[in-house]
Amino acid sequence: MREINLICINCPLGCPLVVEMEGKEVLKVTGNTCKRGEIYGRKEVTDPTRIVTSTVRVKGSKEKTVPVKTSKDIPKDKIFSCVTALKEVEVEAPIYMGDIILENVADTGINIIATKNVYSG
Amino acid sequence: MKAYDIVIIGGGPAGLAAAISAKKAGIESILILERDQELGGILNQCIHNGFGLHIFQEELTGPEYADRYIRQVKALNIEYQLNTMVMEISRDKLVTVMNREEGLFQIQAKAVVLAMGCRERSRGALNIPGFRPAGIFSAGTAQRLVNREGYLPGREVVILGSGDIGLIMARRMTLEGAKVKVVAELMPYSGGLKRNIVQCLDDFGIPLKLSHTVVDIKGKKRLESVTLARVDEKGKPVLGTEEEYSCDTLLLSVGLIPENELSVSMGVEMDSVTSGPRVNESLETSIPGVFACGNVLHVHDLVDFVSEEAALAGKCAALHVLRKEDEGKLAEIFPEEKENIRLVAGEGIRYTVPAVINIGRMEEELKVRFRVGSVYKNAFITVYFDEEEVFRKKKLILAPGEMEEVELTKEKLEEFPRLSQIILRIEEK
Repeated sequence: MREINLICINCPLGCPLVVEMEGKEVLKVTGNTCKRGEIYGRKEVTDPTRIVTSTVRVKGSKEKTVPVKTSKDIPKDKIFSCVTALKEVEVEAPIYMGDIILENVADTGINIIATKNVYSG
Repeated sequence: MKAYDIVIIGGGPAGLAAAISAKKAGIESILILERDQELGGILNQCIHNGFGLHIFQEELTGPEYADRYIRQVKALNIEYQLNTMVMEISRDKLVTVMNREEGLFQIQAKAVVLAMGCRERSRGALNIPGFRPAGIFSAGTAQRLVNREGYLPGREVVILGSGDIGLIMARRMTLEGAKVKVVAELMPYSGGLKRNIVQCLDDFGIPLKLSHTVVDIKGKKRLESVTLARVDEKGKPVLGTEEEYSCDTLLLSVGLIPENELSVSMGVEMDSVTSGPRVNESLETSIPGVFACGNVLHVHDLVDFVSEEAALAGKCAALHVLRKEDEGKLAEIFPEEKENIRLVAGEGIRYTVPAVINIGRMEEELKVRFRVGSVYKNAFITVYFDEEEVFRKKKLILAPGEMEEVELTKEKLEEFPRLSQIILRIEEK
């Protein structure tokens, strides 16, 4: 059995969690003060994910960049391949919030979408 | 001369929420003045997620959060002027304004909402010794360069201060290919939210050195290295603990200062702890009809609470205008001074917003926001009405980096007709 120490990121309380594991199986989560802490603890040691936010370059606008995000959380170990893929992307204004900027980023099955309107001109 | 019922100074999250709320309270004539080229304020460069959990129950990015309010402002046909800088506000609410198209002009307001936000503390405020090479930025400047201008300010980075913007930029610079070597924090605890330490530092293996500061800066044209040292309990560097980090960039995330030049020059009474105006239950300053909200009032951690606070300020500004129309006499609008109950920041509490309450004008519930002075574990937030304890709540952890609040009800206050002061304290048992 091994113990993994985490800090819960669900809310500002930041509970110190201890996750007990046997191989790949979670035995117990302690240190949490609510149910969300246990869910986070289990997910964080088996399938950690994050929403990734970044920017991509824009042509044809006063703005130089458009902010973007993954439409859902992606596996933590794909964060760098995700931002690397975005370095190659350049889009043409106008762009509207929610527009798909890149499909299936880094083979995650998740799309990159715009988070701001960027008008042309 | 132009005239509006309510003029709102600043089109960031506070100004937008105040305008929407004033409009919904029945005021037609509202003008937002914004010095930038778009509405939304600093949210436009805060491209990370985590905004809106309280208000919308979902995690939005900064621009998405701003958009929700900008849409409402447009849908409600609230007037706004961009690229327009307020130069001065007089005590009788004559606003002097400047922009490229119209030059210098004046606007008369019946009520003013101060929503100018805050700015970052700079290197000058810290007295860091050493050279003054290129490569030293405030964290917010670096955030603007990366997120809006599309530039990476440097490749090897040291960050001083663990405020939220510094933490967010540690992650952002890392994702853009820079190497963030260390974050140093003068205090024995972080000034940022814990979730940001995990998501922005721990996720990327960036070390956080508490009780550390910068004692030397090297490099003539461009930054070449910074030297960190441990500090003792009094914040003095300990000799022999110096460590030199080669880097080309130093980011400073060492606190925010409410931007109150306009408030001070118009004669608003200030609070020396928050560096913001002293306000009553209506978020009204010492000048009747002048209200303040958001980071110009006191620096917040979460924009959700800025929006909530600003909505109250906007509504109260609307009520001020409506009352004035009804009665026309100042004396009747502002009840006698003696009805004011003072809020006192007792042991462990740095300040409270508001600082005074007039029961006659308060709503059924009033949120009192405050910060604690140091880190407490398993302590109690307590509220006393004069000598009598009326509220006690246990908190697992209290930290200066996290704003707290307690709610007071009018009903409870009315049970104490001769109440003179309300005292908030942190008690360890």
